[in-house]
Amino acid sequence: MDNKKKSVGDIIQEYGAFLALIILVVGISIVSPEFRTGNNFLSLLRQSSINGLIAFGMTGVILTGGIDLSVGSVLALTTALCAGLITAGIPAGIAMLAALILGAVFGLVSGFMVTKGRLQPFIATLITMTVYRGVTMIYTDGKPISGLGDIFILKFIGKGTIFGIPFPAILFLVIFGVLYFVFNKTTLGRRIYATGSNSKCAQLVGVNIDRTKLFVYGLSGVLSALAGLILLSRLNSAQPTLGSGYELDAIAAVALGGTSMNGGRGKITGTLIGVLIIAVLNNGLNILGVSSYYQDVVKGIVILVAVLSDRKR
Amino acid sequence: MNIEMTGIDKSFGSNQVLKQAGFFLRDGEVHALMGENGAGKSTLMKILTGVYTRDAGIVKVDGQEVHYRNPQEAEAAGIVFIYQELNVMFDLTVEENLFMGKEITKGFGICDRKAMRAKAKEVMDRMGVNIPVDAKMSDLSVGQQQMIEICKALMVDAKVIIMDEPTAALTQTETAALFDVIQSLRKRGVSMVYISHRMEEIFELCDRITILRDGSYIDTCEIKDITMDDVVKMMIGREIGERYPARDVTIGDTVIEVKDLTKNGVFHDASFSVGAGEVLGVSGLMGAGRTEIMQAIFGAVPADSGEIIIEGKPVKIRKPLDAMKAGIGFITEDRKVEGLMLEKTIRENIDLANLGKISGSGVISKAKEKALVKKGIDEFKIRCFGPEHECGNLSGGNQQKVVLAKWIYTDPKILILDEPTRGVDIGAKKEIYNVINELAAQGVAVIMVSSELPEILGMSDRVMVVREGEVRGILNIEDADQEKIMTLATGGTI
Repeated sequence: MDNKKKSVGDIIQEYGAFLALIILVVGISIVSPEFRTGNNFLSLLRQSSINGLIAFGMTGVILTGGIDLSVGSVLALTTALCAGLITAGIPAGIAMLAALILGAVFGLVSGFMVTKGRLQPFIATLITMTVYRGVTMIYTDGKPISGLGDIFILKFIGKGTIFGIPFPAILFLVIFGVLYFVFNKTTLGRRIYATGSNSKCAQLVGVNIDRTKLFVYGLSGVLSALAGLILLSRLNSAQPTLGSGYELDAIAAVALGGTSMNGGRGKITGTLIGVLIIAVLNNGLNILGVSSYYQDVVKGIVILVAVLSDRKR
Repeated sequence: MNIEMTGIDKSFGSNQVLKQAGFFLRDGEVHALMGENGAGKSTLMKILTGVYTRDAGIVKVDGQEVHYRNPQEAEAAGIVFIYQELNVMFDLTVEENLFMGKEITKGFGICDRKAMRAKAKEVMDRMGVNIPVDAKMSDLSVGQQQMIEICKALMVDAKVIIMDEPTAALTQTETAALFDVIQSLRKRGVSMVYISHRMEEIFELCDRITILRDGSYIDTCEIKDITMDDVVKMMIGREIGERYPARDVTIGDTVIEVKDLTKNGVFHDASFSVGAGEVLGVSGLMGAGRTEIMQAIFGAVPADSGEIIIEGKPVKIRKPLDAMKAGIGFITEDRKVEGLMLEKTIRENIDLANLGKISGSGVISKAKEKALVKKGIDEFKIRCFGPEHECGNLSGGNQQKVVLAKWIYTDPKILILDEPTRGVDIGAKKEIYNVINELAAQGVAVIMVSSELPEILGMSDRVMVVREGEVRGILNIEDADQEKIMTLATGGTI
């Protein structure tokens, strides 16, 4: 009936973000010899990893029809606690593991507020965002925690390479692969989409909506903490203001990738492309010497164009 | 107002929905517009009111050709369309809804509430409707909301009112009130187009009937000259045979027994049982607690006390998953809100209830998934272009078939159907009845809630009547008739 060949318009709509990414990369490569080096592409991947991990978690939450504003604060609090544990003499591996577990716990707190507390996700995570940031300030007394020493495992997570490829980039791509599988091939993935699409309907066929939501908030927390560890490794100190505004970059990447803010529709691949677009813009505009004030305006316009082209006719 | 529509064509992309459709409306008549889902009734009316533009054809109002570019222009000319999905803003008050977009002001955009209230009151009095103007829309019943929509039409002094399935969500009392209003409007010379699937209503209410099939005009007749069978034949273009197919099933052992089920303030002490292969019809006025009892059995809104015994064993049902594990399937009343993910495909909708069946340790098997969905589309004759057809674009009957397929593949021992044929056309209705009969033949215990008495009488082995949260009686089908059921449903005794 309606089984048609794909028109050019359809293709642009479906692969719009991907085309935009290609055009950006090719365009900047032509004007800038510095941009088009292999090393720069690797560092570009490394730079994407932090926003990327957070944005992957954000994608899960947004697919269920929620939002997680607390990601930046979770990142700050978990890195501060991790650094605190290390300076207190706890082995770095254990401290890092603790940071990840705490990340999950902090995410689950938001999740419980949404599911059991029946708070709107925006409000629930606005609360956790504010409180976690406050607790970070209290814990660090507003000062950076440094003096972490020279620990291999901590250094490796942010600065290490495997066959010349930065470890954060590998982590970023591996986690993408795992989440791609989970979102597309598993029953859990189906439940995430169903929850955002029509939660009432999903509940009536036996989907445990609350558990699904808890999962995505927990996941978002873990991935924020993981992003925090990469940052901690690279800076070798925990700043209490770390991660402010990161939620916005993550949401921007998700939106760029074509995921609906109402939930139920979207792809993790889209988010990957969105993250890369933002990274290419940041990196490319820096190399081209564009002032950071203008960079934000350009980023805004790119998001606008991408989202408009993604809209259904 | 006289309306003449001739030779109307309309396509959406490559899909031609109307070919040579027509419609003729006289002054002060109630004119039924009938046809199966997808026959083009709503599209034709949307062309009249300027929602869509026609590709070809002529629309004349009182002899003058018109081209309304949007519903506002049609409204200004006195033609108002009341959509099936009511166009109300639930968080606003009655008054705010009535005057949305046409507020009476004192100038500078300052609302003149006094004048608006007076006008609202006047129109409502004229119709004999008594709804406080300050009430919040969401606090009103669907019937009252419908009345407000009609008032809205009268506010702009409508000469033609088009109603799309106005009684689909109304109780009998509300329907009667609506009919009174329609009669009084007719006396005042307002013409009405009445789109409905309910044959009984059309024969009770309308003067003439126009039938569309596959987007084409078939015929216009005086109601008094034709029979229901004639109408059905014109609608589907062939004989359909019995409206309610016969079933030859021996009823087996009791599958589910419900004892003293109570939800405080909603229903109390509901007790009944259903045997294998039996269809228990559940009747009663809307709001009597029928749906709530079913929701309790399914665990969607758990009961406060009482017992549910399945195949001799008491089961605890606190959430839908418990009910599913106990072998209960539940096809909800409102498929658009609770039954389907409209923006998702047939495949995804059928999958969701059967995730366990098509996966191993949490990973979905493409092959099993494909086989299941193909089976669903074939067995239930779902008319679509394939598994990836978005459910929101299916007709009502086909949507309902998706919901049925999704549940039936969970292999329920007990299937609860709440208003299974609401908004479904006659051809698809019969296919749904056939499915119910087949399930019964396989030994499934079926509970069917319905507001349509002919359907209850045509399909049930026994009929349970609920009134104000209480089971008033359970009748064997041989002893049941419309009168007895209505007597029980309205509080009388037999």
